[in-house]
Amino acid sequence: MSFLSLTGRDRDEMLATIGVDSIDELFREIPEAVRFRGELELEPALSEPELVAHLEALAARNVDTGRELSFLGAGIYDHYVPAVVDAVLQRGEFLTAYTPYQPEMSQGVLQAIFEYQTAICELTGMDVSNASGYDGTTVAADACYVAKHVTGRTRVVLAETLSPQVRQVVKTYAPGFGLDVVEVPHRDGVIDPDELAAVAQGAACVIFQQPNFFGCLEPAPDLAAAANDSGALPIAHVDPVSLGVLEAPGEYGCALAIGEGQGAGNYQSYGGPHYGFIAARSDYVRRMPGRIVGETTDVEGRRAYVLTLQTREQHIRREKATSNITTNQTLLALAGLVHLSWLGPQGLREQGETCMALAAYAKERLGLPLLFPVQTTFKEFAIRAGRPAEEAIRAAREQGVHPGYALKHDYAGMEDALLVCVTEKRTQADIDRLAEVLAA
Amino acid sequence: MKLIYEQSQEGRRASSLPPNDLPVPEIPAKLRRERPPRLPEVAEPELVRHFTKLSTRTFGIDTGFYPLGSCTMKHNPRVNERVVNLPGFRDLHPLQEEEAAQGALELMWRLQEILAEIAGLPAVSLQPAAGSQGELTGLMLMRAYFADRGEDEARRKIVIPDTAHGTNPASVTMGGYELTPVQTDPRGDIDVEDLRGKVDESTAGLMLTNPSTLGLFDENIEEITRIFHEAGALMYYDGANLNAVCGISRPGDMGFDIVHFNLHKTFSQPHGGGGPGGGPIAVRDRLEPFLPVPAVVRDGEAFRLDYDRPKSIGKVRGFCGPFGVFVRSYAYIRSYGPGLREMSEVAVLNANYLLARLKGAYELPFDRLCMHEFVLSARRLKREHGITALDVAKRLMDYDFHPPTIYFPLIVAEALMIEPTETEPKEILDEFADAMLEIARDAAERPDLLKEAPHDRSVRRVDEVKAVRRAVVRYLFEDHPDLSAEPSAARELEAQKGA
Repeated sequence: MSFLSLTGRDRDEMLATIGVDSIDELFREIPEAVRFRGELELEPALSEPELVAHLEALAARNVDTGRELSFLGAGIYDHYVPAVVDAVLQRGEFLTAYTPYQPEMSQGVLQAIFEYQTAICELTGMDVSNASGYDGTTVAADACYVAKHVTGRTRVVLAETLSPQVRQVVKTYAPGFGLDVVEVPHRDGVIDPDELAAVAQGAACVIFQQPNFFGCLEPAPDLAAAANDSGALPIAHVDPVSLGVLEAPGEYGCALAIGEGQGAGNYQSYGGPHYGFIAARSDYVRRMPGRIVGETTDVEGRRAYVLTLQTREQHIRREKATSNITTNQTLLALAGLVHLSWLGPQGLREQGETCMALAAYAKERLGLPLLFPVQTTFKEFAIRAGRPAEEAIRAAREQGVHPGYALKHDYAGMEDALLVCVTEKRTQADIDRLAEVLAA
Repeated sequence: MKLIYEQSQEGRRASSLPPNDLPVPEIPAKLRRERPPRLPEVAEPELVRHFTKLSTRTFGIDTGFYPLGSCTMKHNPRVNERVVNLPGFRDLHPLQEEEAAQGALELMWRLQEILAEIAGLPAVSLQPAAGSQGELTGLMLMRAYFADRGEDEARRKIVIPDTAHGTNPASVTMGGYELTPVQTDPRGDIDVEDLRGKVDESTAGLMLTNPSTLGLFDENIEEITRIFHEAGALMYYDGANLNAVCGISRPGDMGFDIVHFNLHKTFSQPHGGGGPGGGPIAVRDRLEPFLPVPAVVRDGEAFRLDYDRPKSIGKVRGFCGPFGVFVRSYAYIRSYGPGLREMSEVAVLNANYLLARLKGAYELPFDRLCMHEFVLSARRLKREHGITALDVAKRLMDYDFHPPTIYFPLIVAEALMIEPTETEPKEILDEFADAMLEIARDAAERPDLLKEAPHDRSVRRVDEVKAVRRAVVRYLFEDHPDLSAEPSAARELEAQKGA
């Protein structure tokens, strides 16, 4: 086996040092009744070339966004990932390190996490970010847990325009957290602040998404105000790619900002691994889940970084911890930092504007009825295909185009609705092609 | 070393993006961003140099020996990185139609089958994102299972041994359960007498790591299973230490009903400075209806996602879970094939060899054969020479070894928890053992050498107290404080604890 180094002689010497006759004897404390004496029924071992060929064959049975002109979005996006991200992530030191428990061995990754936290705080207008959560769904559950402890309340309010995946995950976590989940319906594609204010009375938090799942811009400052007036923590679920052009949640009164980081620096990868981010006002720092890196000095006064405020965490606080999270998504968050450093403030703004401009062009060019014609949208928008969505998707895919996500999976009365996403990787010609295909 | 923000110069950038000549729609004023985020402004050469320099100040398995107990820091084969970056995996959208994602679905289905075989349990969900989320998912399954039987109100307690990882009790609280701790007996196993009095009709289940965090296989596992199953409770297996027993003893055969895997430990997902991980769970038939949706199922030659599971707990993570992690772990297991047990055999051989070489110089609280890791204590060094586990850990850095996990498990004073893994050659084990023995001698003869370690890393010992007191958790630009101007609380460093 190529991953093992011990020779037969090594083994003999080691067994002699231990004082046993065989490897089998090392397992003598395992009761015989629970020993597995057969051979695992696994397929034969593959050499490296065979393994690559096998996985290439599997990969070839997937239609990726390089093989099909894709307008799929709905939470995971085909944004450009720069070459520098690949280069940094394949540095073996980053790739093969673990959580930096020993700061003197790990200043590089600790500083990178500190820089990542800074980037997330800058994007969201918040004071503190953790080192990452699993993805854009679980950070919403984490945020509810923070809100429950901060407010002592047990009802959470979710906008119906919040990603269905996110809502489903919050609902799965809710019974264990002792939370009830209430949803606020959309009115013409967005949430009505007055309606939200009524539901938010006595709630721990309100989570809305900006831009929302339909791509529409919510009246986010009014939603945050409605929550604040009701004593509920306003939590914005935001797309990092939008935050060069859209206001930061911290500027309009949100208590926490969360989101899926994938669009900033991660490949689609069939849904993961990616990074979820969670950032908050400084008031809530001691309730934050997960790792946080802080600045300090070493004994000689040199600047240094270290995991900090650890009395929140499971390895110290055990059943009183703010979360059970241990392994997080540092490598993917590092990709996010490199990506955002590549973009810079100007690049992020340009990317947002390009997505918006192309999406606006697509809305016009497709010539199909919009579900929510009065709303301003970012990079996604919902159309009526004029026939059942799965039919429209099938017909378009036969011509090499994926036209978007069928909203009927998650919303009633949307049998013919498609959520179309346009990133900076699509061109006007691509959109013309989509229009052609959908018109056929 | 400067932060990347401190290298920014207005107007510099690394990115080039397609020019846009279309009109940009107007954003309503109150939704529009006025003050841009202060992201780094650097050109590509500085960007690459910055992160390369940070990487050189980071220690990974690729750099050297990393015996961080409980974390299974084994070699990460590079072929896994090649295959995960095949465009058919890397650029596949999770909402792609099932007929256009057959390769991905087949890979997940195959991995489910493999994990079921290794666990000795029939049904698998790959969805949880990490071990701790696997734990929480397992507790959600228990709740759903008992609710389905009308016993949820009565069964509120989860039993956890005092050797458990902190994630176990934290998961219990997040899952809405109450914690019942159980003690460890003088041999390092669960105290069965203590246990008997704590398991009844109010017990939902046990969470157990076996082998335990002491690196010991619980010899009473059959009796423990009997106690829980006779009380109608469930058995949860924390797979953190599965690297010891793949193909040697299966959790399902031990009597466990729910198992989580740590793909990033046992099956070689790179740890990435803290993640990502993967925490699939395997369960007995009676728990299968409650598994997260969607399930990946096979219909003849085709694979599909099944959402029609009315008793399912729901979703615990977006889409189907961390797919790229599945690709790497699938590749890793296929490299071994049925000979996977050799992985565990060598992991246990390496650990016992190191243990044999070290147990004269350090105290061994439970003198038995170990599994894939073992726990030593530096309490004699502390008593006789004032040298702590922390000092030993820091001194190891001078030999260019990553220290073991320290001060865990909590029931061992001055604990040093060492897990060499199977991928280390004997020469490295010998070098490490020689270093540990020399450190034990130096503790007596040159204790200051240990107390002042490390000597040649990029920083000396770090002031954790100042970090907590000042809580500077992001760069503050023109308002950023100069912490070097503030005195370091060197005396308080004595109190710091790792891991």
